[in-house]
Amino acid sequence: MADDKKVAVLGVGMHPWGKWGRNFVEYGLTAARAALADAGLAWRDIQFVSGADTIRNGYPGFVAGATFAQALGWTGARVASSYAACASGATAVAAARAQILAGLCDVALVVGADTTPKGFFTPVGGDRKDDPDWLRFHLLGATNPTYFALYARRRMELFGATEQDFAAVKVKNARHGLANPNARYRAEVTVEEVLASPMVADPLRLLEICATSDGGAALVLTSTDFARRHAGGSGFVTIPAVSTVTPRFPQTVIEMPNFATDSAVAADGGIGPGFKRSIAHAAYEEAGISPEDVDVAEVYDLSSALELDWYEDIGLCKEGEAERLLRDGDTAVGGRIPVNPSGGLSCFGEAIPAQAIAQVCELVWQLRGQADGRQVEGARVGVTANQGLFGHGSSVVVTK
Amino acid sequence: MAPTKSAIPAIDGWFTTEGSPTLLGSRCRTCGTYAFPRETYFCRNPECDGMEFEEVPLSRRGKIWSYTDARYQPPPPYRAAEPYVAFCIAAVELTAEKMVVMGQVVPGVGVDDLSIGTEVELVTDVLYEDDDHEYLVWKWRPLASGDLTGDAHG
Ligand SMILES: [Zn+2]
Repeated sequence: MADDKKVAVLGVGMHPWGKWGRNFVEYGLTAARAALADAGLAWRDIQFVSGADTIRNGYPGFVAGATFAQALGWTGARVASSYAACASGATAVAAARAQILAGLCDVALVVGADTTPKGFFTPVGGDRKDDPDWLRFHLLGATNPTYFALYARRRMELFGATEQDFAAVKVKNARHGLANPNARYRAEVTVEEVLASPMVADPLRLLEICATSDGGAALVLTSTDFARRHAGGSGFVTIPAVSTVTPRFPQTVIEMPNFATDSAVAADGGIGPGFKRSIAHAAYEEAGISPEDVDVAEVYDLSSALELDWYEDIGLCKEGEAERLLRDGDTAVGGRIPVNPSGGLSCFGEAIPAQAIAQVCELVWQLRGQADGRQVEGARVGVTANQGLFGHGSSVVVTK
Repeated sequence: MAPTKSAIPAIDGWFTTEGSPTLLGSRCRTCGTYAFPRETYFCRNPECDGMEFEEVPLSRRGKIWSYTDARYQPPPPYRAAEPYVAFCIAAVELTAEKMVVMGQVVPGVGVDDLSIGTEVELVTDVLYEDDDHEYLVWKWRPLASGDLTGDAHG
């Protein structure tokens, strides 16, 4: 693994997920202070603040980096704010990592937090007939679960996935989240209970679709030189790769918020492996590892069925084998390659700008052996994966 | 008795309403790439810097790539009729254009009536109405569930 691309994760912190109804800045501040305390550093030590934006909380959310910096007290630190839909948090990590690797700073703070409305995510208000995100609601009534359900139905048709499989993903993640103090939903659920919950977008049911939550997460990232001086011989977790690649033309899978896929008529080079697959594989390549090296993964289970797609897309198994992996118990804590030991979005609900950062927090706790009640024994390499709207997605590799 | 409302598209320039309706896409004059809704100033093909496009009707028939339904009323800006009636949504593969296009499925069709590969045809139908107009949108209709031409609205 290339040492010159690594940054150290010295501190991680979260504000518990929930529906607290308070200002998002509070959650970010709590998470930032927790990450600083975890790192054994003071706010004054931070040279660069990297905020992940929220678009549902007015102007302070659009300039989240400055908003969090002001809440912590102006110190003259460098600042940036990033928006990349569900990948916003990872984009903020990428910005901080680039500053550190370029030698522009040694110590950076990454923060994301959100306060969310109830129910389906809806487009930002106003009549916007040139915005596909507004138009898909207006003309089709196509919500986010609509797209998740289209993928779920494909799995059933192509690979023989069943409603029981989708429910089993939920059951697994609910069990994982039981011991996680930051998870919003901490209750066991049975396959029967999942299958008795109301159908939302056939074949997906209410308990299989992630909710929207309030929450905050933060990381203190430093150069490895700084970490060696600061942490001494106790060691630290590193990030050797962050992937934020765009899709490749032609994108032949229908993606939110689009009405149509790309047309493949002019694609001489054929059709590539697909966007979700390219996200994690770019991270593996950058880290110089392969999927076989991964001990634990946090993936974006916006729906229970989508988690199965990720097994294949991050290379844990071949296409069409995800159901077998699940049924064999391989992806449960205690299995061969646990996925979403945090409980995943299933137990958290999505707090968009905080979520990709929270995925990294969980992997850091896992690699340090601090994931009480959900520990993946001996984990040394972890990977996150997520995908947002409009061609944004991310994958972060975390190693010990 | 109220006068008959006129029916107009819910969005201009995305589809035709006369006779056998079609979606209106674009085709790049340089590389032939299609797009829906139509592109007017860039081509999605990274190998192409074409900036001229012709408006083209897309294939009226295709095969279902995947499908689902909306059991709960979608939030605004969707305008649902009262009381709310669930509807299906299909993503449909168009062979000639090598692309997949989404649309609602005509009323009265449930998920149990659909399967991947089902042949469908484009029609127009009322999306919502107000005091002055009925607003039309394109929908997919399974070929087995009705006649093979025409317009569910007309
Ligand atoms: Zn072109």
